[in-house]
Amino acid sequence: MTLANSPRHEILMPVKGWFIMLSLIVALLLNLIPLTGTARALQPDFVALVMLYWYVNEPQRVGIGMAFWMGLLMDLSNASTFGQHALGYSVMAFMALVFNRRMGIFDGYKQAPQIGLVLLSGQIVTLLAALFAGSPFPGWNFFLGSIVGMLLWPLLSAILRAPQKLWSASDAR
Amino acid sequence: MIEISPRFFRHSPSLLARTAFFVILSLLLMALDSRFRYLGGVREIFSVIVYPLQKLAHVPVSMYDAASELFQHSEIAEENAHLKQQHLVDKGQLLRLRALEAENNQLRKLLNATQRIKNKAMVAEILHVPHDPFNRKVLLDKGSMSGIEAGQAVVDDIGVVGQVTRNYPLASEVTLLTDRDHSVPVQVVRNGLRSIISGTGREGVLELRYMAINTDIQEGDALVTSGIDGVYPPGLPVAVVSQIDRNPNYIFARITCTPASGVNQNQQLLILSTPAPRAGTPAEATKMKSRQEARRQ
Repeated sequence: MTLANSPRHEILMPVKGWFIMLSLIVALLLNLIPLTGTARALQPDFVALVMLYWYVNEPQRVGIGMAFWMGLLMDLSNASTFGQHALGYSVMAFMALVFNRRMGIFDGYKQAPQIGLVLLSGQIVTLLAALFAGSPFPGWNFFLGSIVGMLLWPLLSAILRAPQKLWSASDAR
Repeated sequence: MIEISPRFFRHSPSLLARTAFFVILSLLLMALDSRFRYLGGVREIFSVIVYPLQKLAHVPVSMYDAASELFQHSEIAEENAHLKQQHLVDKGQLLRLRALEAENNQLRKLLNATQRIKNKAMVAEILHVPHDPFNRKVLLDKGSMSGIEAGQAVVDDIGVVGQVTRNYPLASEVTLLTDRDHSVPVQVVRNGLRSIISGTGREGVLELRYMAINTDIQEGDALVTSGIDGVYPPGLPVAVVSQIDRNPNYIFARITCTPASGVNQNQQLLILSTPAPRAGTPAEATKMKSRQEARRQ
């Protein structure tokens, strides 16, 4: 699998709507996997990662509303205050859409640190909202998930691009 | 007005405006949910959408459990023998308990006191432990369709775990003891001292607040529910006092406790259904009433 391909150097078929939906559902499923101990502290937010992939690579197909609705779903499945994840995701979506021109000239590896920053700022917004609501500070390993997410980014973007490449290849024949 | 610009040039609201809209909407939702609790219905609809996903995400765990059961025949035989022994011991104690219960009822009748309420219990499985550091909650796989109501107490085999705070059709949310601002009325076993124990939002840390420095409490004291709230049945283990900090500069002592039960250890929990306590009229009030009625006549 070539991870280092820059997305803008090849012309791909436009992504199918159902594939975006499916990827988000799978990501939500991955977030819901019950883990304990260290694995739990290291579990990245897959929904945020997959969403960011679509915001960076297909900004015309996805709007900020999607981030908001996925955030509400996450809030409910996590039993947190309604709007807590929605807020963080909306801010992340905004940042990804602002940076998406710049991201386009980098490959997966070079995108990763920037994605890490976007993930971190989303978490900081969520943290600030929770602190204002009166929660205690959850400890520094709250941010570990973002770092793992950043490291997973090249692999994740390669996986998400694979089906599109397949469709493009079958079309060219 | 006739639209003359072609589709390509038509602008939707700017990115900043759209983001601001959704950010404000989320802030509004947070305020509505945490301050006014208006969003019960919306939550219920969403929960039905999420439930199949949660069930599906739980499949690997149940498959792992089933597989490990297959490979552990010898251990199961051992466990079975152990359980049989335990059962015998428990049965003996149960017989004694029955006798004591009968005696207790008799004595309570003699004393004209209210009868202790018997609790019905239901076993539920933990469906999902949320990945959210800001609240301590778990989701159980039984909801209002199985008769679970908000307000019921949840216990495990060691002690109190928490309380059902939201019920959806197919699942229910349990707020754990350690959740910030979750409080339980307790009693010290050693001397019957009453207090209220509160969660701190940190895992495995509870606090007894507003206890004077000279309170008779020691490290290692066991705390059980006092039952005066009508939610938790009396006598269930809640926590053990782990640290007492008596600083004479403050009015109150800092008393930290560790919860007795562990949610991380077991998959099944017991939901107790306490019948709603009837608010009995105090003796004086009824006397006053009858006196007033007599005066009227």
